[in-house]
Amino acid sequence: MRIRVQEAPFDLGAEVNRFTAAQADMGAVVSFTGVVRGGGGTLRHMEIEHYPGMTESALRDISEQACARWSLGDVLVIHRYGRLAPGAQIMMVATASRHRKDAFEAAEFLMDYLKSRAPFWKREVTEDGAAWVAARDEDEAALTRW
Amino acid sequence: MNVLYFAWVRERIGLPREEVASEAATVAELVDELVAREERYAAAFADRSALRVALDQELSDFDAPLAGVREVAFFPPMTGG
Repeated sequence: MRIRVQEAPFDLGAEVNRFTAAQADMGAVVSFTGVVRGGGGTLRHMEIEHYPGMTESALRDISEQACARWSLGDVLVIHRYGRLAPGAQIMMVATASRHRKDAFEAAEFLMDYLKSRAPFWKREVTEDGAAWVAARDEDEAALTRW
Repeated sequence: MNVLYFAWVRERIGLPREEVASEAATVAELVDELVAREERYAAAFADRSALRVALDQELSDFDAPLAGVREVAFFPPMTGG
């Protein structure tokens, strides 16, 4: 299990390749990447604030829950903070399992929990000014299915 | 104790963290003390249902006791991913 919280960009292809190559006896690797939407061209950039210390422990806790619940070979979570341009990769998760169902479900679980239980806050800067992104009710509701 | 503020809570209060001397027994009592200090705290804590609290970097709630807690953080609902 590896958790990284960083300002720098990551190389999605290299991360997935390295993650996949490190697995033994795993028949499935699922990865998800979150990308900054362009907002129809009005978004200048996004800023992500986080809570150093709690962020890492929350991501670790969520990943441990996934490992306890599904049969996983490994979990990788990378989440960026700081200023991100439209189209930039914000974060990724990768999961490995013997069969694909565990990897798919665990990746969805990680994403659902990470959205509303990991201490990150997004702020969008547009031509008209800056605004904090409000949490969506459906993100909180998504947790009830687990 | 150390009190931390994030996102728009930080902006409204005007600082990211401060040392607070308090005898408050619960998070709610601590918030009451802060709100009584100055208008900027009252503005930040006007709608407590819009806020989340973490005690020593673990999510908690406003009824939670503060005994033994070293770090309290207030922030809006998280928007990761």
